[in-house]
Amino acid sequence: MDSTHQEPALIPYRVYVLVWAALVVLTGLTVSAHYADMGHVAILTAILIATLKVTLVMLYFMHLRFASPVLIAMVLFVLLSYTIFLSLTFTDYIAR
Amino acid sequence: MSEPVTSTNDLEHVQPAAHPVVPYDPVANQIGMWLFLFTEFVLFGILFICFAVYLYEYKWQFEKGSGELNVAFGTINTLILLTSSLTVALAIAAMERSRKSLCVNLLTITVILAMAFFMIKSYEWGMKFEHGIYPGSTHLLEDFTKGENVFFGLYFTMTGLHGLHVLIGVTLLLFVRHKIQRDQVTPARISLLENSGLYWHLVDLIWIFLFPLFYLIS
Repeated sequence: MDSTHQEPALIPYRVYVLVWAALVVLTGLTVSAHYADMGHVAILTAILIATLKVTLVMLYFMHLRFASPVLIAMVLFVLLSYTIFLSLTFTDYIAR
Repeated sequence: MSEPVTSTNDLEHVQPAAHPVVPYDPVANQIGMWLFLFTEFVLFGILFICFAVYLYEYKWQFEKGSGELNVAFGTINTLILLTSSLTVALAIAAMERSRKSLCVNLLTITVILAMAFFMIKSYEWGMKFEHGIYPGSTHLLEDFTKGENVFFGLYFTMTGLHGLHVLIGVTLLLFVRHKIQRDQVTPARISLLENSGLYWHLVDLIWIFLFPLFYLIS
């Protein structure tokens, strides 16, 4: 662990409220996209918006943006492993 | 490992019998909690992979099944969970500023929102049960396609497992609220509150994916 790693200054309440507002707007967006009948890209759009929301929650609510590099590396490793796992499953499923 | 092995006798001398000092390491606590969250990622991650593969296999059946779910309930529950995530994040921020009563109140609001989520979810399940849609029901097996059965199977499994996490989260938040009131969680020893917050955000994260995948693919 990096011994020079400093605890960040307190995050203002305002930041949390802004992130929440962004999450609410994105929820509105995903619901309106649902009613807009986007055909083939509908599911992709929904997943992209969900990914954006999850990123916001992890970075700000879960404080990953201010976390130690070790923890960030651990989270990225898990997400990468999951992506590989998901792609391999699909490669197998589509190709059989 | 070149250090000499300490004998059991020495250890007994080192440890005070009555009040052993528990070392407090917030970074280790945080990383430990994340390690646990990774196991939760795997638990739900596997189910999401199942969902993705079956969606690929039974596309129109999943779209038809999704049409049976009430988007309004799903949206309201999403907003409730997002707000509860905000209140728990604010509760931690309040504790960092030593504002104990604000922190306790925000945790109370979080628990109320969580229970609201759970009640709406139970009502939704109840309505499905009334219409004969529950795992293994004759209505589902005889009048619906195989793909729709898989859809509702995954729906009940994943929202059920998520609902269980909501209940565990509520228990945890009430426990930490009690600890704060008794000054056992303080700004200097905040890990229990922070880790409960992390758990609650995880419950939110899972729902952020569950909502569009189940309610918005029709």
